[in-house]
Amino acid sequence: MTVDAQISGLSGTIVHDEVVPARAPWLRHVAAGQTLRIVDLEGNQAVDFLLYSAADDSERYSMQDTVAAQRNLFLRAGTVLRSNEGRAMMTIVATAVDYHDTIGGACSCESNTLRYGHHTKSQHACVENFLEANLSEGRGKRDIVPNINFFMNVPVEADGALGIVDGISAAGLTVDLRAEMDVIVVVSNCPQINNPCNAFNPTPVRMIVAA
Amino acid sequence: MTAALADPMAARDHARAMAGTVVEAMPLLPPVADDLPDGVSAEDLLWEETIAAGGYATRRLARGSRLRLIDLAGDACASLLIFNAEMPTERLNVADTVKIQWNAYLGAGKLLLSDLGRVLMSILEDGAGTHDAFCGTSNAATNQAKYGEGRNSGSFPNGRDRLLLGSAKHGLQRRDVHPCVNLFKGTRIEADGTITPLVGPYEAGRTMVLRAEMDVIVVIANCPHVLDPRNEWTVTPLRVSAWRGAVTPPDDAVRTATPEGLRAFLNVEDYFRR
Repeated sequence: MTVDAQISGLSGTIVHDEVVPARAPWLRHVAAGQTLRIVDLEGNQAVDFLLYSAADDSERYSMQDTVAAQRNLFLRAGTVLRSNEGRAMMTIVATAVDYHDTIGGACSCESNTLRYGHHTKSQHACVENFLEANLSEGRGKRDIVPNINFFMNVPVEADGALGIVDGISAAGLTVDLRAEMDVIVVVSNCPQINNPCNAFNPTPVRMIVAA
Repeated sequence: MTAALADPMAARDHARAMAGTVVEAMPLLPPVADDLPDGVSAEDLLWEETIAAGGYATRRLARGSRLRLIDLAGDACASLLIFNAEMPTERLNVADTVKIQWNAYLGAGKLLLSDLGRVLMSILEDGAGTHDAFCGTSNAATNQAKYGEGRNSGSFPNGRDRLLLGSAKHGLQRRDVHPCVNLFKGTRIEADGTITPLVGPYEAGRTMVLRAEMDVIVVIANCPHVLDPRNEWTVTPLRVSAWRGAVTPPDDAVRTATPEGLRAFLNVEDYFRR
């Protein structure tokens, strides 16, 4: 039996282990104290990520509360992912990639028409995944807020110029998130093919939950 | 109990005696303003209101309307939410706003984009230059931590709860209150991602003019910026005016400035093709 390097360092019992196909949505309830590891299996795959409080899903991830509280735009080891009430939802307890994005939002069919042209309107997009996953639990469009993009690189230059550029992740790199409350994790394994967020080639990611 | 107001008619007379009271922060009905731009008729004035320090206001504005904001004393912070008035599930998306325009900072010529690929409002004039699309506004927890108090019913209300009340006046709820933009109080992003607040205070009278590109609901809270470094809860009144205006014509310089922006206008025009 070969050693699975992608689970090394995870403490506790693995209670869930799943590969999310390229372009697909994923939803999972993660209990307080559990750790979610996301593995970028093939490298530079953006993982669009939303969080909701399991107790009341009108409390959800807030990129603005998160970046304001830490006075920094980038999500790094130690970053606390905060809700719209300012409460800790999850903490990035370890990351093999220096930083992750939370200002770039999710691609959508509609925003693709602005960014690339109307010929991209029919392409699959992260908001479609967020909608599909959230609708399965009764949430809808009102619940889709600006999100996190794990393994995605959005620098901001001195004149404010920003954009999604080549990633800084690589095959097998991971990020570990400890739940600080009972949360619902909603993911879109980004299907974008018009910019470098997935190296122009969407690939699978692995989600491991340890309790 | 006040003996003199023990019967309804006495209470009525007491209430009616307040008529005509003028305070700094109030709406003027019908609206009047002596400083409308050249070419704007007094008859086209729609809204004239001064929002208190810590207050909020909300209004539905028709496509083409101009919204003028004046930082009367140099310490206002206009936290702004925008909804499509006829379908409020479409609303301001700050991530799309910065991503699609390839820039972190708001200013003259910039568009405030919805989550459905359309432009809700555009910024026509900007006499401030210090704005913020990243930090959002304060909430009960941040005000409690910083000022010891943050409730709507207290002396140091927080911006998020003001936006909640303003949104609720249109039947909206907590799940509808998404990230906002802050006008007049700004942030600068350093190379390592550090957020530096730019809160002044600034000279009095800085002015912005926005144009509604769709029929919109605006909700404006006027509370201290969440990263305001001052220990004291510090904010000053914000004046808002709105007047009727023409729908953006095809050759408008803001409409045609960038290919991404032009497609946002094309999507708006398609939405109104009915």
